[in-house]
Amino acid sequence: MSFFDETNLAKAKDILARYPRPKSAILPLAHLAQDQIGWLSPEAMEHIAELTETTPADVLGTCSFYTMLKRRPCGKLVVSVCTNVTCLVTGGPEVLDHLEARYASEADVTVEEVECLAACGGAPALQVNYEFHEHVSPSSAEAIVESYKSGALRARTVSGAPVA
Amino acid sequence: MPDVPSAPGAGDVSAVEETRIVTKRLRDRPDDSWTIDGAIAGGGYESLRAVLTKADAADVQEQVKLSGLRGRGGAGFPTAQKWSFLPPDSFPRYLVVNADEGEPSTFKDRMLLEHDPHQLVEGITIASYAVQCNTAYVYIRGEFALGYERLSHAIDDARAKGFLGKNILGSGFDCEIVVHRGAGAYICGEETALLESLEGERGMPRIRPPFPAIAGLYAKPTVVNNVETLSTVPHIMRMGGEEYAKLGVNRSTGTRIFSVSGHVNKPGNYEVELGMTFRDLLYGLAGGVREDRKIKFFIPGGASSQWLTGGDEHLDAPLDMDFVQQTYGVMLGSGAVMVFDETVDPVLVAWRLAKFFAHESCGKCTPCREGTGWIEKVLYRMSHGLGRPEDLDLLISVGGNISPGVANAPFVQTTICPLGPSAVSCIASLNKFFRDEILDRLRNEAGVHA
Repeated sequence: MSFFDETNLAKAKDILARYPRPKSAILPLAHLAQDQIGWLSPEAMEHIAELTETTPADVLGTCSFYTMLKRRPCGKLVVSVCTNVTCLVTGGPEVLDHLEARYASEADVTVEEVECLAACGGAPALQVNYEFHEHVSPSSAEAIVESYKSGALRARTVSGAPVA
Repeated sequence: MPDVPSAPGAGDVSAVEETRIVTKRLRDRPDDSWTIDGAIAGGGYESLRAVLTKADAADVQEQVKLSGLRGRGGAGFPTAQKWSFLPPDSFPRYLVVNADEGEPSTFKDRMLLEHDPHQLVEGITIASYAVQCNTAYVYIRGEFALGYERLSHAIDDARAKGFLGKNILGSGFDCEIVVHRGAGAYICGEETALLESLEGERGMPRIRPPFPAIAGLYAKPTVVNNVETLSTVPHIMRMGGEEYAKLGVNRSTGTRIFSVSGHVNKPGNYEVELGMTFRDLLYGLAGGVREDRKIKFFIPGGASSQWLTGGDEHLDAPLDMDFVQQTYGVMLGSGAVMVFDETVDPVLVAWRLAKFFAHESCGKCTPCREGTGWIEKVLYRMSHGLGRPEDLDLLISVGGNISPGVANAPFVQTTICPLGPSAVSCIASLNKFFRDEILDRLRNEAGVHA
């Protein structure tokens, strides 16, 4: 079966060639699948299994360990708000609460609480499709998400790859 | 007890300055430090050229040994010693770079990846030459999209200039770097979990022995080094190991980047000579506490460390890995210093840390998998007005089943990796510094609910 399109299948082969054992390519291929359709579908995992000479169960077993891999469809924009300790004491939870309420009914925006993003010098911080935004407030965070929605800011894929 | 000289300028923090070695280029050239042109204009790859022309693998190992360089990822293990554990005649072997920075409040490696990837590439190439490996894997945290992009470009540009690939600079030495993105799992910063993840598995730590030096990636001899550690290597070769070792204090030689965050006026990354005091770092460089408040407590080495308080004794302690460990049972760890002023409830901070460890526990060892969840639940009720008078001792009991010694350090590790003991550090600190305050509060709350 083929899940990857022609361009990505070529990329997949390049990725496989980097490792002495094909199983090592599971995570990079999972990111590639998310670049293609915005989440990690069962069909994607089946094709990854074929390419990495493993079984779909092996791929699911590995992928279900990692929070960046979305095994259900999610929004085109994934907004990751940090609430770990530095963000906790500088307003991160307020940003999270505001965005969760604001985008509760918008399927295209997925707001998630995440652990430390390594942006504590600019706390509170968030990422939109893995692009960093620091020193955010509830209102500035909403404005950032809106800029991505309008296209004023160009979003990466849901796995963080740049979009040509 | 190590000999601790008093820091210059103690009491007067106005003259405190950074000592920029690893962060020099990215501070001097903020507009192009990550590009190949910026890197070369800032002296990049000169160490590599000198090494490949004048030195052999043993020379590099010797200079790194003389420098006293210790791992900058958290454990502080001597780098040259780690390299020396590789069996001499076993090939292939691998260098794996730990760029999975995830220790809460650590943000130095992200800066190095985004703003000076060529320094890391140069360090990897020199280290590969020293340990005689031809393939290095960089395991970079999945969330670092920009860092991944810049590092990948840096590798391509370095290869085009002959600093990587086949027959580097005509020396006959070959080296390739493969960048591998993680996908969101703190535990993959633990070196054996990282290797599992790199092999396409769930990121669960391995039982040692065998150690990675004997059987690591693909069961081959493997060295795992942190980003900052390898970024320091070109400078050690440039300065000479002995010269580098003149910086710092005791067995904590050289400089380190400290990520200062929380309630300071100027949070950020500061590269300082080891031996400086916490006071100089927090007040001299990070600008002191917002609104001139007092520091209630601070966490000196990432979320896994025990805490220190804002009292003079702790503030005047030197940034010396062994001294703080032996004297206060805390660690400099990953170099993350989190500062909390007097408005902060330490129980709330402990709860959030516990929530983190409960979320990130990989589930392999029962004490950690089960215990971290219970600690989180008990700390949640304690920090949200629902605590019971016996809760602090309950925490010590639960924590003691993960890591015996919570109330009387040192901890004993019952789990495969140090995540278990890390998760109880906050309980030990609450008990040590805030026991009376917490017990009073719990009794009062119990009275309200009665």
